[in-house]
Amino acid sequence: MQYQQHQLSNGLTILGECNPRAHFSAFGFFVKTGARDETPEIGGVSHFLEHMVFKGTPNRSADQVNEMLDEMGSASNASTSVESTIYHAAVLPEFQSQLVELFSDLMRPSLRDDDFETEKKVIIEEIMMYADQPPYGGHEKIMADFFGDHPLGNSVLGTVDTVGALKAPQMKSYFEERYSPGNIAIAAGGKVDFDQLVKDVESHCGSWNSVKTERSVPTAEPRFGFESIHKESSTLQYIIQLTPGPARLDPDRYAARLLSTILGDDSGSRMFWEFIDSGRAESAGMGSYEYYGTGLIMSVIYCLPDQAQDNLNRLNQLQSKARDGITQKELDLAKSKVASHIILASERTESRMFSVGSQWLAGQDYLTVAEIAKRYQDVTLEEVNSVVAKYDLTKNMTLVVGPRDDLKPAAELV
Amino acid sequence: MDKETVFHHQFENGLTLLAQPMPWLQSAAFSFSVPSGCQYDPTDKRGVANFACEMVQRGCGSLNSRQFVEALEQLGLNYGSSAGIYNTNFGGALPAVNLHDAFGIFADMLRRPTMPVEQLEDGRMVCYQEIQAIEDDLAQQAMLELRRRHYGDPLGRHCEGTMDSVKSISMGDIQSFYETYYRPNGLTIAVAGNLDWEQLKNEIGELFGDWNKKDVSPPTLSEPQHGNHHIEFDSNQTHIALAWPGLIVSDPDYYVGRCAIGILSDGMSSRLFREVRERRGLCYTVFASCHSLLDRASVVGYCGTSSERAQESLDVMIAEINRLDEGVTEAELSKLKVQMRSGLIMSQESSRSRASSMAGDHFHLGRVRTVEELNEVINGMTVNRINDYLANLGPKQFDLVTLGKQPLKLNDAVSATPAK
Repeated sequence: MQYQQHQLSNGLTILGECNPRAHFSAFGFFVKTGARDETPEIGGVSHFLEHMVFKGTPNRSADQVNEMLDEMGSASNASTSVESTIYHAAVLPEFQSQLVELFSDLMRPSLRDDDFETEKKVIIEEIMMYADQPPYGGHEKIMADFFGDHPLGNSVLGTVDTVGALKAPQMKSYFEERYSPGNIAIAAGGKVDFDQLVKDVESHCGSWNSVKTERSVPTAEPRFGFESIHKESSTLQYIIQLTPGPARLDPDRYAARLLSTILGDDSGSRMFWEFIDSGRAESAGMGSYEYYGTGLIMSVIYCLPDQAQDNLNRLNQLQSKARDGITQKELDLAKSKVASHIILASERTESRMFSVGSQWLAGQDYLTVAEIAKRYQDVTLEEVNSVVAKYDLTKNMTLVVGPRDDLKPAAELV
Repeated sequence: MDKETVFHHQFENGLTLLAQPMPWLQSAAFSFSVPSGCQYDPTDKRGVANFACEMVQRGCGSLNSRQFVEALEQLGLNYGSSAGIYNTNFGGALPAVNLHDAFGIFADMLRRPTMPVEQLEDGRMVCYQEIQAIEDDLAQQAMLELRRRHYGDPLGRHCEGTMDSVKSISMGDIQSFYETYYRPNGLTIAVAGNLDWEQLKNEIGELFGDWNKKDVSPPTLSEPQHGNHHIEFDSNQTHIALAWPGLIVSDPDYYVGRCAIGILSDGMSSRLFREVRERRGLCYTVFASCHSLLDRASVVGYCGTSSERAQESLDVMIAEINRLDEGVTEAELSKLKVQMRSGLIMSQESSRSRASSMAGDHFHLGRVRTVEELNEVINGMTVNRINDYLANLGPKQFDLVTLGKQPLKLNDAVSATPAK
């Protein structure tokens, strides 16, 4: 396994973790842009643009793009989040240069009007699809409730109204600013010819014009409270809670992730025993999510409606009790789980490519699999307990979605 | 590519062990397919196979419920379980050095489960939660109803049962199900990863070799219900689930049919994706895929689309499916071949994916195909073979289930141009 990196003079970064033993290669174009970089009138443009990228360039039509992706037998996809847009594909090594040429071309899309209007319909279908799926827009709502006017409260999908009103020129100007080469990294994993990669990227992307790209990172002022969405047709009740957590480069992040494993992993955690093993909930868990400048810890419980109030109370007790301390045995178990996950993930070419690209997005220096594993192994019990003390999980924004309209925050009942 | 070796051994009690060494990995993955699927649920005790799968994991041998979970976690086992029509599956992946210890625990779980009566109600609640969660998944509901009608009972069942049937299940029902159907004959253990075959065979022999065979009677099959069915629901999108006859995996022409459906639906340039989503913008999700049981099979199509455009979506889907019978082109097949070859090579990387393919092959074919063999089948496919097959299919009988505001009609004709 050999790590290499290179930067073009226009600022485009190329990263590779090359493994000659791999059977195939994975490539990702990581763009540092997402919903947080949108103004309210263009809500949903990052995600819509991600779709439009596949609709063709001055050199090829949408049909030709799709044909070419399939002719290479690529497993390709793209995703947009609040902070990033990622285009990725896995191919047999013989297609490396062809794929890099195609993706480089796609990063300079035509954004043609008729494609724009057709694809808008697909996006609106996607918005409606999620509106029918649990937790029925609850995730977007709680992010907005928690972050208020802070850009992290922006919805990735946007709404039928904002997307419906979007015009191609608005997308073009967003694109011009956000897809500047300094805002993009190409990450590669698996059987990669790195020298060839650099040569190809230089030839396809070297002439891209660089513009100044900024991201506003205001201080988050998270809000706490209790909100409810009444959804009569829902069978289960959905409970989501957000608490502040460590930001992307915060040294506490490893301890916070281990804490989430101890309290909320899908098996063997405190929430597992309290809610899943007992049959009190269909699903329950906790995760730590890091962003630029801030972070959050999310807890979720999906359960039968008549158990929802009891579960809210129990979750509150579980969170209070965490402040009495985590045990060494719990920490050791969490470490052995994380170590095993790291080994399993390290054997997957695509997961290595994502690791390399995500580290660039986070703004951190490259760490090998062994170095990442060591970061977790080195976390002490004191560090985990100090994270519990620092981020009081009982102080949170809670959202309940479902047929119940009479649920109350746990604290009021105590 | 590294040379593939697949080992196979059948023990005297009928247990089959399959293994593929992948010595370059640090991990190993395994799957236990226990022939105790929900096809055996008594009609008034629907959900008992799933309930039994839950209860055997609540302590076994000398371990109580909590110790059982902790022991697996200490081994770094990432695992899951589920009851299917034919089998109950237990499987996972872990650092290969812990394989032996994990098998010791799994042998206890399958052969010496405690099934503590004081945890019966907790287990029942878990089953209730699973049933209710399906209610909120509209696409899955449409697909499950389609399967129920298209295959008949018990092969079209979903294994969770109903709230009423699960309510009626007693500890005695679970124990009797366990004692009748958890057995070595018909059990397949598939392992892939960093392993030593001789050592593995000996270990499995020691752990399971003295488990006695049990004879079971096959379930009685009922007739399918063909035709259209609508589930009224006030949702934004209408969910369209379609089924028509397909080929079983053991059919010599299986890959001929599979390639035809690949041209219809695999990839972003496939006919369905291009016509329904790309050209007309009718939906976000549309696909068709082959689904095979042991003795019957189907092709299943799905599309989720807003109610006012649902009829057009269904019409376009049907038109594309019917147009397939006119034949496929050389260019379409050669593109599909690269996709399939690439998918096979990528699946080679993962011990999980190899373990599950071995188990699937053995179940459907009684033997395991290597990736090399599949590659040859795909490379040898010709347009003529596919087109001969398609030309002789005759008119299709579609079964349709829709879920949404309004029922849809199965029309023959479709407008040639997208509605603007």
